[in-house]
Amino acid sequence: MGEALRDAWTIARKDLRLEFRSRTAILSALVFTVLVLLVLNFGRDPTAVAARDLAPGILWVTFTFAAMLALNRAFQLELENQALDGLLLAPVSATSLYWGKLIANLAFVAVVEAVGLPVFVLLFNVPVAHALLPLLGVIALATVGFVAVGTLFSAMVIRTRFAELMLPVLLLPFLIPPLIGAVQATARLLAARPVSEVSGVLRLLAAYDIVFVLLATLLFPHTVRE
Amino acid sequence: MTLLRAGRWTTLAGLALLAGLYVRALAFTPVERFQGPAQKIFYVHVPAAWTTMLAMGLVGVAGILYLLLRDRRFDRFAEASAEVGTVFAVVMLTTGPIWAKPIWGTWWTWDARLTFTLFLFLLFLGYLTLRGAVTEPDLRARYSAVLGICGLVLLPFIHLSVYLFRTLHPRPIVLQPARPALPPEMLVTLLLGVAAMLVLYTGFVMQRIALARRREMEAHDLA
Repeated sequence: MGEALRDAWTIARKDLRLEFRSRTAILSALVFTVLVLLVLNFGRDPTAVAARDLAPGILWVTFTFAAMLALNRAFQLELENQALDGLLLAPVSATSLYWGKLIANLAFVAVVEAVGLPVFVLLFNVPVAHALLPLLGVIALATVGFVAVGTLFSAMVIRTRFAELMLPVLLLPFLIPPLIGAVQATARLLAARPVSEVSGVLRLLAAYDIVFVLLATLLFPHTVRE
Repeated sequence: MTLLRAGRWTTLAGLALLAGLYVRALAFTPVERFQGPAQKIFYVHVPAAWTTMLAMGLVGVAGILYLLLRDRRFDRFAEASAEVGTVFAVVMLTTGPIWAKPIWGTWWTWDARLTFTLFLFLLFLGYLTLRGAVTEPDLRARYSAVLGICGLVLLPFIHLSVYLFRTLHPRPIVLQPARPALPPEMLVTLLLGVAAMLVLYTGFVMQRIALARRREMEAHDLA
């Protein structure tokens, strides 16, 4: 177990170092996130609809799109120079490979969300300070769910035709439970409702995370090994 | 008898049952007091919905068995079940709005159960799209098994999460404790509908598996 986690960390570090050196993916993901927020701002009539009514939806549509972008990248970069074959030949288990990719993807999406949330607060003038901690909890729980399934699927779609289109088609139905939970919880938290009111949603998100991280860990070896 | 012929006969039996269902539902089942004749679509809609869920469940189970045993037959069955399930999902999603328009006054509403079935349909479409996008048979079988299993696990979650919204859909009326039950005449008609849909499902799946086998043989001959 300890060795598997160490291998996973090595793979995650490799991915993150690669990302840190080139910075293309993370920068474009950040610019993309800000652009989606801007586009969504012009998709409403500010005199008719208050920003706060739309805020949870806008936040989560943005995060969903940004996560999708990050996930497409995860295994795409292993296609160059048959890097994936190299990884599979290396003496690390497929489970470690999945966990490594999962950690790297989580870090990537977390950075995007860490920048996206303040920009969102700024542009839509939604106060979040009163519920910042529970909100961060909701974001963390939903993101783990997104990325756990997305990492599994992104390993499959790279070997299909139209990979960039295939990932959202497969992944979006799986994002519905965390998305519904996250939007409901965010709406209540932004409306300054007590945290106890969202405890059911938080439980659902946590159950989703546990089930799908375990399931993806079990299934991932079948996607990369004969 | 070959699988294709057996499948054809089963389908024929299913069609005969379906004709019987129409006759019984329209002529020999009492008209529902509040909804009038519009309620008759219930005898097609509900069995189709149940068959859709059964089909999705079996795709997942076949996926598990394929990954465990690596027997190509499970993959062929999963493919057939997914395609036939999509057809039943279309039946469910078209008969629903036809009923909803006169009864609810709207074709579609973002009700919990409607949303659930819509995502079931989209899951089927995603599954079939993935199958279409992978050319190598072993890879396709493994990928679709993984997706099928994930879909099976996803369903309870969608079910739970859409119930976070309020629901307008009629409450369960067959398996429900402590509420007046469906009158026996209507229940018999409903069960006849379930039988017709299940026999049709079986017939379609048998024919689809036979077709997949023939395709594989042709591909093998060409190679």
